[in-house]
Amino acid sequence: MNQAMNLPDPAVVAVEDIDVSDSRLYEQDAWRPYFERLRAEDPVHYVADSQFGPFWSITRFKDIVEIDSNFQDFSSEPTIVIGDLTEEMPLANFISMDPPKHDVQRKAVQGVVAPKNLAEMESLIRARVGEILDSLPVGETFNWVDEVSINLTTQMLATLFDFPFEERTKLTYWSDLATSTPEIAGGDTDPEERLAGLSECLETFTRIWHERKDDGVETLDLIRMLQRDPNTANMVDEPMEYLGNLILLIVGGNDTTRNSASAGVLALNQNPDQYDKLRANPDLIPSMVSEVIRWQTPLMHMRRTANKDVEFRGKQIRKGDKVVMWYLSGNYDETAIENADRFIIDRANPRHHMSFGFGVHRCMGNRLAEMQLRILWEEIMQRFSRVEVVGEPERVLSNFVRGISNLPVRVHPL
Amino acid sequence: MPTITLIEHNGTRHTIDAEVGKSLMMNAIDNSVPGIDADCGGACACGTCHCFVEEPWSSVTGGAELLEESMLGMRPDRAENSRLSCQIDVSDDMDGLVVRLPEYQM
Repeated sequence: MNQAMNLPDPAVVAVEDIDVSDSRLYEQDAWRPYFERLRAEDPVHYVADSQFGPFWSITRFKDIVEIDSNFQDFSSEPTIVIGDLTEEMPLANFISMDPPKHDVQRKAVQGVVAPKNLAEMESLIRARVGEILDSLPVGETFNWVDEVSINLTTQMLATLFDFPFEERTKLTYWSDLATSTPEIAGGDTDPEERLAGLSECLETFTRIWHERKDDGVETLDLIRMLQRDPNTANMVDEPMEYLGNLILLIVGGNDTTRNSASAGVLALNQNPDQYDKLRANPDLIPSMVSEVIRWQTPLMHMRRTANKDVEFRGKQIRKGDKVVMWYLSGNYDETAIENADRFIIDRANPRHHMSFGFGVHRCMGNRLAEMQLRILWEEIMQRFSRVEVVGEPERVLSNFVRGISNLPVRVHPL
Repeated sequence: MPTITLIEHNGTRHTIDAEVGKSLMMNAIDNSVPGIDADCGGACACGTCHCFVEEPWSSVTGGAELLEESMLGMRPDRAENSRLSCQIDVSDDMDGLVVRLPEYQM
């Protein structure tokens, strides 16, 4: 699709001309019919010419699971987004590595977000969520994204890193910079600003590392956990690896939870019967949280690169081809999820979605995300009979992060 | 019908009459045994049906294959007797099998 032109009519465009890398599809929330057609007519779909060069789209749930599980044929190197890296800053992190190196690095940080450790943070997170909700301007219209979603995830990140609380907005800033350049995901961040921001991020965390090293403090935070693990105890000596993994942890905990925190409000407003169901039975919160994560699909795709020529569903994928797994499409695949286009908070198997990906790169923070959103909704339901959406949501221009930038709401106390 | 016992991390025992030909994971889910999430539905792709096979049963259940091994490798609580229960197909010779469930799935 030509970026200068309007989006083509999904009902009449030739299937071979459908290009789902066009980030306007997500900014305008217009993606549904295009993916419906791809799943039905051309589920393994080739685009010869896009803003990001030629690429394959995998659009059905089962096919995505198969590609995601096959790290031998479909590599996560050199990067896992559709746009190629144009790096003066060659970040190294395990999401863009294949086994065995991936496994070593991931194992070193995985335990940090194990549910056993998370339980120790629950009361602190709950207290901070409570403070955010108690300070909301009752009777006024405000942007839920700024006041709650961003504030919440920024505080969470500061808590997880034990980052100086008064400087916590830097974490969100760095995270946004890392994922939003035009080349990487069709966003609008200036690459030079990105470079400067990421350099500042590295300097800050290098200083924190040295301050914390051997200071004997027993708190549970991600930096000290890296320092304690023999596999990562010297990670600071490999700056691009340290920064890469920091960014991975920051991005992983930022956009994803932020946009799910906004999406829950939107979904419940668009489906008032489900909001009624939730009010009648708040025990549905954990299952609603999983449904929100599916419904939103905060990261819409992951990319692989073919390691060799592979025939897949009758299509000839060549060595070096980009293969993009559209989780957003898989999550709305009727053949895998019943009534996939509907938001249903009491599904029989709500965790059966692909927002966390599958295979060795599956999101390691999945239980942390679920916990944060569960606490948020438990605390919302304690305070408000309704969080009412009072205007049209505005969405982010990206083909990677499915984001909501403005969600005007009013809150109605119990 | 083989009888299989799954022991939750808190010690609660669940003894089920398992169906031959189905995976241990599906049998656990069908019998509402808590502690197995099985997010991916049995595709060896999420690692949330992790269990520990008690001896002397490892020779009967067999070992993990490559993909399962790579998924198990991601578990912080991985042990020598770790398996993904979706990759254990229940057979008649598993009558009496005992598996323990982990503290958490992720």
